[in-house]
Amino acid sequence: MPVPESLFDKLWNAHVVQPQSKTTPAIIYIDLHLVHEVTSPQGFDLLREKGIAVRRPERTLATLDHSTPTLPPGADGQRPYITEQAQRQVQTLRGNCREFGIELHDWDSPARGIVHVMGPELGATQPGMTIVCGDSHTSTHGAFGALAFGIGTTEVGYVLATQCLLQNKPRSMRVNINGRLGEGVTAKDMALNIIRHLGMNGGTGYVIEYAGSAVRSLDMESRMTLCNLTIEAGARAGMIAPDETTIEYLRGRAKLPQSEAYEQLTEKWLQLATDEAAVFDCEVTLDAADMQATITYGTDPGMSVAIGDPVPVPVNASQEKALRYMGFDGGQAMSERQVDVVFIGSCTNGRISDLQAAASVLRGRRVADHVRMLVVPGSESIRKQAEKEGLHEIFTRAGAEWRLPGCSMCIAMNGDLVAPGMTAVSTSNRNFEGRQGAGARTLLASPETAAACAVTGHVARVSDLSAACLEAGQEVA
Amino acid sequence: MRVFTKTTGPVLVLEQENIDTDQIIPARFLTATSFDGIGEHAFADWRLDAAGEPISGHKLNEARARLSPILVAGHNFGCGSSREHAPHALLGFGFRVVISSQIADIFKNNSQNVGLLPVEIEPQQHARLLQLDGEGITVDLEQCMVTVRATDGAEQCWAFTIDPFARHCLLRGLDRFDFLYQAEDAIQAYEERP
Ligand code: SF4
Repeated sequence: MPVPESLFDKLWNAHVVQPQSKTTPAIIYIDLHLVHEVTSPQGFDLLREKGIAVRRPERTLATLDHSTPTLPPGADGQRPYITEQAQRQVQTLRGNCREFGIELHDWDSPARGIVHVMGPELGATQPGMTIVCGDSHTSTHGAFGALAFGIGTTEVGYVLATQCLLQNKPRSMRVNINGRLGEGVTAKDMALNIIRHLGMNGGTGYVIEYAGSAVRSLDMESRMTLCNLTIEAGARAGMIAPDETTIEYLRGRAKLPQSEAYEQLTEKWLQLATDEAAVFDCEVTLDAADMQATITYGTDPGMSVAIGDPVPVPVNASQEKALRYMGFDGGQAMSERQVDVVFIGSCTNGRISDLQAAASVLRGRRVADHVRMLVVPGSESIRKQAEKEGLHEIFTRAGAEWRLPGCSMCIAMNGDLVAPGMTAVSTSNRNFEGRQGAGARTLLASPETAAACAVTGHVARVSDLSAACLEAGQEVA
Repeated sequence: MRVFTKTTGPVLVLEQENIDTDQIIPARFLTATSFDGIGEHAFADWRLDAAGEPISGHKLNEARARLSPILVAGHNFGCGSSREHAPHALLGFGFRVVISSQIADIFKNNSQNVGLLPVEIEPQQHARLLQLDGEGITVDLEQCMVTVRATDGAEQCWAFTIDPFARHCLLRGLDRFDFLYQAEDAIQAYEERP
């Protein structure tokens, strides 16, 4: 009888170029290498230094997202880059892609987007693949049953040159989420609950497979949100076995074959699922019904509470420091916190369903006067779809800014940032000190929650909304 | 890559847990296309004010900080983004070794690739090290040993484990790239598989 294997085992074994030994790591083949402007320049320098070409340019795909402005060109036709250096970084990637023959989705591409949004949209992300990018949220692509993880710039150079990486096989963990999510509870809430349960280092050294009925019933965009946040529990990668949901999402995408050839592919994909008797190094089971709409209060994504609950009392110096930074007292009600900025976007929650969810909360309502709200689609194609559906008008009519695609306030390196001391409710993935700007205080939440906070001007759930709006004399949808 | 065999010197302790890569090097310094000079921005938001001037009284601004080759940090150091700018910034600041009871995966990997030695040590020993701010210790990669001097003058040696290949490369200053590049035949054979 063949040894039962997990999804991860199957992917790992299929990509071993040279096995691990006592003294050397395995050499693993990489099917898809995603590239953006921030972590690639020194990788390309390695090629020039050694006088070698990109081994498989057709397995390499580049985009502009991190340092790019989200405001349109000015009257002079110039894009408003935050610094010359940021512009130079973009030009450097453009030059590198031209020199080494790599497909780049530049400003003029209708597919340009945040790297982890664009890959799946194009169908470049496929089940069974190994995928890397110089970006920790590469774990997003695991939603398709790919083994996908972030690498450093030195390794970007290695993959460009050899299409391979040196890796010791990580340990495996299965996180089972059974049951059903309650009304108004999203994949973002699920992820924040898992991170709180595991701790922000609980996944260190592991590849996580998400399984269970609650995971199976998520649509692809929600699965991407869940896998995206895997790195926030310290795990290398998160993955979900491909199924009919995966197949339907990818059907007809640009980088995939059509009809007969596609059906043949999908048969292979379905065989990737974890075998019944496969063994994991660690297994965790949670019930979706226990999860509620959640928000972070601290300076790491593991520090979160159900929105109606108070801020926990700190139990050690690190937690005290976090609360001091955030300006919270232990025991304080979350809903007391006034919100200054709301950001909807990022590779975690910048997809069309996220914008639809936020828009459905904002329809016929207004963003509170003191709140600045930014809505940044994850890609050009999402922007177009949203505009077709009229979502941008719902946002702008409510008083939010509708921007061009990019990472924007998720990493705040393009000029979209939160001022010192201000509180932002953000649909992104990190609430570290200064992540959205020096001194900025970030509360992570779902798009629905973020929109509700924008309307009330303080921390709130969607279910708190109708009453609050009536009080404020606002029209209710 | 620089050879690392052994370092003796005072430790700088940052006891906070979960020090993430956004603290080590804030994102606004990532637009550079080279790692040169990045050490000047290490922990920028902790030790510099809005005008970029050192905040007096911050431990990282004391003269000894730049002279400490060994950083001892709280649990789960280096979590967060994959930016290799983080270990480069620490190297540029003057550190050669970072010790914690847990070091995040990608950061650990990146450190090994750029010549910063990441050392993970048992919680009890880690707790001891957190008390030794400013004291001299030795980190020996050849022996995989951390040596501290107890108050009575006796030496205590604590073993640590590290990936054998990373150790091999750091001890000899070898670039892991050469190992990969020499596997060309195996890579080609893999690509030609049906
Ligand atoms: S949106 Fe944020 S997390 Fe995602 S790739 Fe951009 S900077 Fe990284």
